[in-house]
Amino acid sequence: MATSSASMTTNSRWSDWRVRHQASLDETRYNTRVFFKDKLAVVGLVIILLTIIMAVFAPYIAPYPAQGQGESNLHARFEAPNAQHWMGTDNQGRDILSRIIYGARIPLIISFTVTAVIVIIGVPLGGIAGYYGGRIDEVVMRITDVFLAFPSLILAITFVAFLGPSIRNVMIAIVVSWWPWYTRLVRGVAVSLRERPYVEAARTMGVHNLLVIWRHILPNALGPVIVQMTLDIGTVILAAAALSFIGLGAQPPTAEWGLMISEGKDYILQQWWIGTFAGLAIFILVLAFNFVGDGLRDVLDPRSKR
Amino acid sequence: MTIWAYVVRRIALAFLVLFGVATITFLMVRIVPSDPAAVYVGSNARPAQIAQARRILGLDKPLYVQYAIYMKNLVKGDWGDSLRTKRPVLQDILHFFPMSLELIISALIVAAIFGIVFGVATAHRKGKWIDHVMRIFSTGGVAIPAFWLALMLQIVFFRVLHLLPVAGPSDILVAQAHPITSVTGMPVIDALLTGNWPAFTDSVRHLILPMLCLAAYPMGVIMRMTRSSMLEAMGNDYIRMARAMGVPPRTLLYKDALKNAFGPVLTVIGLTFAYSLTGTFFVELIFAWPGLGQYATTSVLSTDYPAIMGVTIMVATAYVLVNLVVDLAQALLDPRIALS
Repeated sequence: MATSSASMTTNSRWSDWRVRHQASLDETRYNTRVFFKDKLAVVGLVIILLTIIMAVFAPYIAPYPAQGQGESNLHARFEAPNAQHWMGTDNQGRDILSRIIYGARIPLIISFTVTAVIVIIGVPLGGIAGYYGGRIDEVVMRITDVFLAFPSLILAITFVAFLGPSIRNVMIAIVVSWWPWYTRLVRGVAVSLRERPYVEAARTMGVHNLLVIWRHILPNALGPVIVQMTLDIGTVILAAAALSFIGLGAQPPTAEWGLMISEGKDYILQQWWIGTFAGLAIFILVLAFNFVGDGLRDVLDPRSKR
Repeated sequence: MTIWAYVVRRIALAFLVLFGVATITFLMVRIVPSDPAAVYVGSNARPAQIAQARRILGLDKPLYVQYAIYMKNLVKGDWGDSLRTKRPVLQDILHFFPMSLELIISALIVAAIFGIVFGVATAHRKGKWIDHVMRIFSTGGVAIPAFWLALMLQIVFFRVLHLLPVAGPSDILVAQAHPITSVTGMPVIDALLTGNWPAFTDSVRHLILPMLCLAAYPMGVIMRMTRSSMLEAMGNDYIRMARAMGVPPRTLLYKDALKNAFGPVLTVIGLTFAYSLTGTFFVELIFAWPGLGQYATTSVLSTDYPAIMGVTIMVATAYVLVNLVVDLAQALLDPRIALS
């Protein structure tokens, strides 16, 4: 008897929750349908999931795990794609397919971490600047002006040049040069909302300002921020690969796509496969994030057309 | 606010930003762990030599004095000497910049022409197959790593098709037989100005691949922007009214809608200029193009910090100026911007 009454309470609690959230549940269902109607977005999502699986299970998928992690294999240098090495071997005889599979790890880790940190810094700052307005807003916006005056990759390159080449420094550099974009984005939303009746009502009722920002401003900025994040993950992958390409990021013998292109650069006219496949991998993954970002934009931020 | 008040405010803001740029660049060198004096004397120096270098570079003075000296020199045009080339940094930069500028400007012109034409075409045929193909195309332009595209272009146009030179700004034999007299520092323009036809065709042939490479990203962005602002403009009541009254679609598309779509497109062209400034770093590296990008990457790899600072300030200045021009042009096109 006791169990049945307990299950009844949970059940009624669940149905209660459903009644209260029916509208947002319907919306989610509708949004999901809109997103999955965009074929390119679905293709992008599949590619991203496959890449994540590839990165996580690299030791089990890669045909030559040791070479994927950097062990050289000098008696098989410069082999063109063949049955043993589907994508050929590089100047140290390492299997390129294995290195591409291992190479998926760094871009994914860098881009997800960096984007998360940028959002954590940029979003609250934008919310505060836009909501409070006045002097705080002026100061924050002038600071973002200065940071945005540098093309972000230049700022990143300069930072890494002084900090010294490494993946960690690449991540710091990208964060430093990128956060103002989110501050701008969220500030715009906050400015447009701060005079709305429900926000003013919350304020007059004595709700703490930071709580008002958290409850009423940030949720409304969520859509544009998620869309921007998805598109930026792709851009961050490109930026990190570019820094590795000029020797400022991942260091040999790490498998990283940008570095692999750089290693293949000098052989490109004869042993074309060394640099080509790594670049193709970057291209496809970034393309996938862009397609998903576009699809999400149609769902979450319908006002901005693409 | 009248339009002139806006112009003055916008210019003042640009100066404020440049001041901030110089300050951040200064701070960046001071807060990082590496010691500029140690870099200056090289890796095998004795402590006494480092101390001496510190005095020469003025690093023994308090930070605010260093900052004041740095700002004064910057304004005077004394940007320090490059540790690597031993020449004044500003002189180096002014020597290499025109080469990059030629690349960037030609790339942006190509990107703007094709981006706008394709953007209009896809907006006109929204949802048709050409729209989908072009979406893949424009997203591809944004997603492709420029340094990889460079290598692919080299394979296709040099190795396979034997159509274009693989790298460099000119052919050695042509350069020796028909040397270009430097006027602006941009070879194509200079050859044109001096009527040096063999050098002109040679320079153009060498320009094509790096230019295409640099144009891919801006073209993708401009195309998307043109398409979306065209669609927005086409949805306006007055356009629908005009269509209902029988104004031919072609006139509507190119005269009325495009005029309205031009503002946002102009902004995007300004923004992609920033991309091109950095994109040229990688493109120049691969195409052995003796411009600012190659100067910058070699400086970065040898921790030539006066040169790195100089390039950073130069690039930021160019970017701020371009955005200023774009903003002012937009305010003149659409006075509502100045008023808001």
